[in-house]
Amino acid sequence: MKKLLLATLLIVSCVAIIPFSCSKSIDGRTDNLAPLAPAKTDIDAGAWKPVLLTAPTEFPVAAPAAVNSTGYIAELNEIKAYQRKLTNDQKAKITYWAAGGVLRWNEIMRELVAKYNLPPYQNADGTYPAPNANNPFAYPFFPFANPPYAARAYGYVSAAQYDALVAAWHYKKLYNRPAPYKTDNTIQPRVMQTDLPSYPSEAAVLAAVTAEMMKLLFPGEIANIQQKLEEAELAAIQSGAATRSDVEAGEALGRLVAQKFTARARTDKAGVAGGNATDWKALETNTTARGEICWFSLESPKRPPMLPLYGNVTPMLFDNATTLALRPGPPPLTGSEQMKKETAEILDFVKNPTRERIRIVHYWADGAGTYTPAGHWDAIAAEDFITKNYSEVRWARNMALLNMALMDAGIVCWDTKYAYFNPRPTQMNPEIKTLTGIPNFPAYISGHSTFSAAAASILGYIIPEKAQAYSDMATEASLSRMYGGIHYRSDCEVGISTGKKVGAYAVARAKTDGAD
Amino acid sequence: MKNILIKKYHWCLLIVLSMGLSTSAIAQTDIDAIMMSKNNFCAGFVYGQSKWDYYWEGQYKRNNENLGTVTTKMIGFMGNWGVSDKLNLLFNLPYVSTKASGGTLAGQGGLQDASLWAKWMPIETELGKGTFSVYGIAGLSFPVSNYTPDFLPMSIGLHSTNLSLRGMVDYQLGSWSTTFSATYMIRSNVTIDRSAYYDTVMHYTNDVSMPDAYSFNIRSGYRSDRMIAELVFNNFQTLGGFDITKNNMPFVSNRMNSSMLGINLKYNIKKVDGLSLVGDAGSVLSGRNVGQAFVWNAGIFYILNVGPKKKSGSKTSSTNNK
Repeated sequence: MKKLLLATLLIVSCVAIIPFSCSKSIDGRTDNLAPLAPAKTDIDAGAWKPVLLTAPTEFPVAAPAAVNSTGYIAELNEIKAYQRKLTNDQKAKITYWAAGGVLRWNEIMRELVAKYNLPPYQNADGTYPAPNANNPFAYPFFPFANPPYAARAYGYVSAAQYDALVAAWHYKKLYNRPAPYKTDNTIQPRVMQTDLPSYPSEAAVLAAVTAEMMKLLFPGEIANIQQKLEEAELAAIQSGAATRSDVEAGEALGRLVAQKFTARARTDKAGVAGGNATDWKALETNTTARGEICWFSLESPKRPPMLPLYGNVTPMLFDNATTLALRPGPPPLTGSEQMKKETAEILDFVKNPTRERIRIVHYWADGAGTYTPAGHWDAIAAEDFITKNYSEVRWARNMALLNMALMDAGIVCWDTKYAYFNPRPTQMNPEIKTLTGIPNFPAYISGHSTFSAAAASILGYIIPEKAQAYSDMATEASLSRMYGGIHYRSDCEVGISTGKKVGAYAVARAKTDGAD
Repeated sequence: MKNILIKKYHWCLLIVLSMGLSTSAIAQTDIDAIMMSKNNFCAGFVYGQSKWDYYWEGQYKRNNENLGTVTTKMIGFMGNWGVSDKLNLLFNLPYVSTKASGGTLAGQGGLQDASLWAKWMPIETELGKGTFSVYGIAGLSFPVSNYTPDFLPMSIGLHSTNLSLRGMVDYQLGSWSTTFSATYMIRSNVTIDRSAYYDTVMHYTNDVSMPDAYSFNIRSGYRSDRMIAELVFNNFQTLGGFDITKNNMPFVSNRMNSSMLGINLKYNIKKVDGLSLVGDAGSVLSGRNVGQAFVWNAGIFYILNVGPKKKSGSKTSSTNNK
């Protein structure tokens, strides 16, 4: 009996103990970055061309107190008091933000997009509820951060961050107040030391401009964003990079710049891009009148098309007339031999998937619950920018160029999709079963192809030695939609050529914005 | 009958459970209190199906017209070798395929996860009027093809390598038996084709941390040399993981839980010694992030005596020597 108990005990304890001896922690690629170490301060960035601001001085920033004033000395003492008793958690937050504000806020944006990129669940009667910006906490949560919505959100936030930092750099150079650790050598810099003046604080500018944009874009997240803002600003002070007045001036400037962008966003027609039942019906009627098979939703119950009027949104890099000018010619007629051939090609892809093609499909899928294609290109760009030692303002400029290109690619693509209202391959041949979800909007032209080509164009300009690599990635992203069974070759090829045209506008801007 | 009944059984017995939205079938000859005698090798094929049209999205039970009925089919080659009367080694190699009757998602198919088990019976003793036995079981399962786990519910499995540690006790009284087992499953991280994913936060890696899992299993019923007919209850709990968010797709590291009730049958064919038929069926009663599956399996097994041949060392004699 004793032997029996002993053996039982042994087995039970093995079952209980062994599992706790192994660790499963995973590290993200940007979890443990070194502090941002700008190769140059870009001290003249106040002269770079802003996106919306009429001039870097559009919003005034008062002159700071002198570094020998009692007020300022009190601020330095505040930093020293913090630094004497930094907790490990505070140190970790300083390290996190020291990697770069533009990077971290872009990551936060991507996380929010992934969280909110979920199509609403149907009502009991088979209709679908629409998210309501005025009631973001009730299901379906606002926003449904689908690819066009997300591209626009990244676009606005990045452009606003850029303008705000251009203004900040103007005042930095103008007032030339050195960083706290330069004035008082008992302050230990917990960021990379630079010669960049600290008034107004770029960390606070970024936090405030982003937080203010969120009121419009992710209103359900304001409280969380406010907490991030406080973290970022406190980290700037505790790290010795900024004093309280640097932060306060930065925050005020950031919010003012954001208000200019939110005012634009409120009137850019995105708010009405969902259309209504009359609009949806008109798309069908118009397509049928042309003698073409019209798109229908392959979801069940049938979901209204995603943002059919999004093509009317005011672009960042050009005007609405240019959107129309960039609209490519029509896809192959739905009754044509060409269409038959292209449909057969897709059937062949899905009937004969290889593991490598499945990998490509899933690597680029960026569907529901992800940061979308625009977020994917932001992630690709950010990981390359990290290696480039840009200043914050150059980071912001490059991200703004990328995200304005992506936003405008979305607009041109959506304009084209609803101009032709072309069916998906599975609609033409239900035998086509797909390796990823079929997006709920027309096929021509491929969004992934348009986004990717636009992104690859501007990134190839910013980092010329990787131009070919970006172009290859865009091609792979484009092909992934054919391998997955959700796009024809025409969608992808014309998507790529249209995306390149959009990207060219970003490149043209980059060449003349004064940064290169 | 004072003889210890348990080691006389030479049949293979298995239950195949379908874990929810994931389609990993768990063939479980390793979860019964039956040992192969020394030098006997039992092998056979099992075919099984799991079907569900309702599933739990987190704790919310729903169906989905974009999936319709999700069917998982499995054909497995399994075997059990008696190293000694007290130590058995088992293996299982399943081919799994999936299909959804609704929507447009393509079904997947391929060799899934091989498993190897060692089953040790350190204790077998008379207790009261019956026989009490204790088992220690360890199993390793690992993917044998490069299938993607990131296409649930169409993926054929979760692609983790799992180490299972199981303690089991069995009591047999006449032809009636009850078996209880508890299992802790250590699961390795898995790699997905994406370079980033969101669970409840964003991760910039293709590495997904898989929560461990715990299960217990109770089975009770009639068990004789000729046949087995028993009720089986299985509870599977993922120790961690997250819920599928509203109208989202399932993910490999979801918190997949399920309780399943079923029957297990086995019959040893009289006319052909060593040949047995097995079958089982069960339903998921409650779950979380899994399908409400109905599962059935049927299999056929044959025992070979692979030991040194003696005149009397046949399968027949070892089966009927009490």
